[in-house]
Amino acid sequence: MESLNKKYKRLRNFHQAKWDEEIIFQLHNPGEKGLIVNRVETQIEHMTGDGISEIPESMLREQKPGLPEIGQMRVLKHFLRLSQQNLGADFNIDVGQGTCTIKYNPKINECFVRDPRESDVHPMQDESTCQGTLQMLYEMHEFFKEISGLDRFSFQPSSGSHAILNMASILRKYHEDHVDGHQRDELITTIFSHPSDAAAAKVLGFKIITLHQEENGLPSVEALKRVVSERTAGLFITNPEDTGIYNPDIDEFTAIVHEAGGLCGYDQANANGILGITRAKEAGFDMCFFNLHKTFSGPHGSGGPAAGVLGVTKKLQDYLAVPVVDKREDGTYFLNFDLAHSIGKTRQFYGPIPVIVRAYAWIRSLGVEGLEEVARIAVLNNNYLLSKITKIRGASSPYSAGKHRIEQVRYSWDRLYKETGVGTHDVALRMADFGFHMWSSHHPFIVPEPFTIEPTESYSKEELDEYIEGLQRISDEAYATPEIVKRAPHHSVVHRVDHSVSDDPEKWAITWRAYLRKHRDRLVEEDVQIEG
Amino acid sequence: MKNKFVHPYIPNSVPEVKAKMLEEIGVSSIEELYSDIPERLRFRDRMKLPEALPSELALKQHMHAILSRNKNVHEYDSFLGGGVANHFVPAICDEINGRSEFLTAYAGEPYEDHGRFQALFEYQSLMGELLDFEVVNVPTYDWAQAASTSIRMAQRITQKDEILVSELIGPDRRSAIENYCKKAMKITPVRHDRTSGLIDLDDLRSKLNDNTAGIYFENPSYVGVIEHRGEEISQFVHKAGGLSIVGVDPISLGILKPPAQYGADIACGDIQTLGNHLHYGGCLGGFIATRDEEKFVMEYPSRLFGITKTEMEGEWGFDDVAYNRTSFGVREKGKEFVGTANALYAITSAVYLSLMGPDGMSEIGRHLIQKSLYAKKKLEALAGTELKFSSASFKEFVVDFSNTGKRVKDINAALLNRKIFGGIDLSQSFPWMGNCALFCFTEMNTQAQIDRLVSTLEEILA
Repeated sequence: MESLNKKYKRLRNFHQAKWDEEIIFQLHNPGEKGLIVNRVETQIEHMTGDGISEIPESMLREQKPGLPEIGQMRVLKHFLRLSQQNLGADFNIDVGQGTCTIKYNPKINECFVRDPRESDVHPMQDESTCQGTLQMLYEMHEFFKEISGLDRFSFQPSSGSHAILNMASILRKYHEDHVDGHQRDELITTIFSHPSDAAAAKVLGFKIITLHQEENGLPSVEALKRVVSERTAGLFITNPEDTGIYNPDIDEFTAIVHEAGGLCGYDQANANGILGITRAKEAGFDMCFFNLHKTFSGPHGSGGPAAGVLGVTKKLQDYLAVPVVDKREDGTYFLNFDLAHSIGKTRQFYGPIPVIVRAYAWIRSLGVEGLEEVARIAVLNNNYLLSKITKIRGASSPYSAGKHRIEQVRYSWDRLYKETGVGTHDVALRMADFGFHMWSSHHPFIVPEPFTIEPTESYSKEELDEYIEGLQRISDEAYATPEIVKRAPHHSVVHRVDHSVSDDPEKWAITWRAYLRKHRDRLVEEDVQIEG
Repeated sequence: MKNKFVHPYIPNSVPEVKAKMLEEIGVSSIEELYSDIPERLRFRDRMKLPEALPSELALKQHMHAILSRNKNVHEYDSFLGGGVANHFVPAICDEINGRSEFLTAYAGEPYEDHGRFQALFEYQSLMGELLDFEVVNVPTYDWAQAASTSIRMAQRITQKDEILVSELIGPDRRSAIENYCKKAMKITPVRHDRTSGLIDLDDLRSKLNDNTAGIYFENPSYVGVIEHRGEEISQFVHKAGGLSIVGVDPISLGILKPPAQYGADIACGDIQTLGNHLHYGGCLGGFIATRDEEKFVMEYPSRLFGITKTEMEGEWGFDDVAYNRTSFGVREKGKEFVGTANALYAITSAVYLSLMGPDGMSEIGRHLIQKSLYAKKKLEALAGTELKFSSASFKEFVVDFSNTGKRVKDINAALLNRKIFGGIDLSQSFPWMGNCALFCFTEMNTQAQIDRLVSTLEEILA
């Protein structure tokens, strides 16, 4: 690949760390210690004995748990090695996980959540001792009123999907309280809205109606009119949807649903391209939510923590999950549990605080102009990529050709696949060879051989060019030497995994003990060390 | 193109760069890229936000001024529990939790993100040892969600619609379960004996019927009581065709029997106590665990990472198990829903369990029992106070102040003046208990702290 390496000057001669690291149980060495637990004071020991004689015998564990025994440094090394085998956004030009808004997570914000004045506060402390955290929650509430135009916010939702569950709970309760002679049990959503818009509403008993896209990639007003009825409870919709195309009829959608007697929830999990540009209020929504781990810079933590702040209009403000945060005339903040129609609690305590604190600091750093610039540059970057990627052989951006997109694009490798046999999965695995991640799409794959790119505001033009060059190179390889792509990854941590066990109850293994039970013979045969 | 300011987080604000990119796109301004948003939907006003603090130092000063308005469990002696508690967080937990590679990754493939797949598989495996179950999920939001989902899983597994719920579960969890399950299921409370704090078996038996999907109880209960008749309870419920679901504080399981060993079919709980900080109750993670039976596994909504091999001999690989049961796979046709939850905290707990090992978990369990037993004896001896429940308890127990002539609220206010966070006031959440408080004792509380609590209470109650 010498010539290719020269041709693609921006690409790195990359190889990910590969430690060939054991499974932690294989490091077990009887007698080793990772940590010593402090003993109780002598006087306590005298007074309580071993303590366990007080415990009913039927509740005493007979055998210690089968955890491994490993010295401290080896535990550290193990997890550090695993971390090196993980490609975080801090290392990566992480534009390949469209819809998820992988942006810079400012390091200074980590200092705040790792400060004991934030991290070591108990939720049942007297509110006078938590005024700092309550102040941030209250101010965030005020910020989100401005960002959305809605009137009251709850920090209970633990994620975007959980915010959808909260919206569905409010929807259900509202219709229970406003019986109009109809059974309102249908929830309308769209195929390019997040799967949870459908799935979380279904949990609460709603029947799901899913609108599909028309040729322009958008759901149509006519299609919506056909499905609304006296059974319509509401509409949950993203905009822009996963395609990145802004739905200009969005206010007509909300009007139609309102006319039919339903309520509208705006899935603004990702609002990165529209901060200060367009809002839920003007589009006619009754509810909306924002993912703080997306637009508002919370690090994604390998799959969480997350946070989905949920706002509603005045009409619904007493329906929110409790508590909300309020301010007294004397300037002190308090948790308000007294909402007349509240759906109750949907999470323990008051919200995913560390995620909220980071987002608070991020908003404070940027201010109004900064937030608007975030949106503008995210859109600039996205359309720059759109222009470049659609010039790559085999790649396309289905729907609304020639139109601009907001913050992301769902592309397709359909042509590449048809012409070379190299599909989006192969490209994704080959991207790993250059230190990149590329995601396909939510299921089902409406766009054939999909990939979804969202550059956010965080990456420089040079970095975007590097990522584009990765896609360009793989396209070239697909046409010239497809086997290289189809056998990728070559420079990643591991080679292609054997998926054959994952749907087989006899073979799948979700824990090490299950693996040993089902596959011990194989380990013995292969002379694999089970313990250290 | 005027550009007043380039923020450190937004490199392409540099005017020359902007210009080049606009040229590539073929537009003359960023505004043109918004041309699909109709004017009537444009927000032409200006958001009212406080002035930006783009200087990192200014931001830090601002944040420190706010944080200094908090008091924490080091400045005050804390005896607060109730679902989260002040446990020791080993340095390596903080180290791994803060690693850029884990902290800032998200949803990579099991190639470039092999590390998080393995770490989460190991989390599942370590929890599996603690819980004595072969299946553990990638955690959900919190114990409340884990319990809610466990109940809905039981409904689907048994095809029955009534769940019996112990009246001594956490009040937040009760409320969340109610919201999550009420339309789909009938929720029937199960009484506890007012003296022992144990489940009232007669009441339980009288409520079992053909439609019982199962029972959900917590052990130790929200108020710390150890239920020693789990085996019997599970048997009753099984006989009626239901499942036994037990919520448990995992830090108890080095010393207390895991639910699987007294007949539970599903265990759930929260991992905050395993190496995670308090964060004002904002650092939670809900685990769910079961046997490895297809009919159980296929009802999980969560991601379940499985271990497998790769095409290269000797290499471990990881994969989603039975992905098409999830809403990621099949939207509303999946089991409940799944999304981003709390993977980082699970990785942190995996580190904790790896450090503690079998002896560490056993020792911490014993330590917590000894500590709370000492406090129990001391508090019981105070004039006017009584222990609300006669049964053995784990790290928490209820003190009844009814005969002291003072309300818990006022007692706590007086303790606060002496830099002590007293027990949780139960008068709102459990009115039938009267004037009671739930005290929690952990390895972070020294004997001196407990002694000071007792002597301060003595003064306050005098």
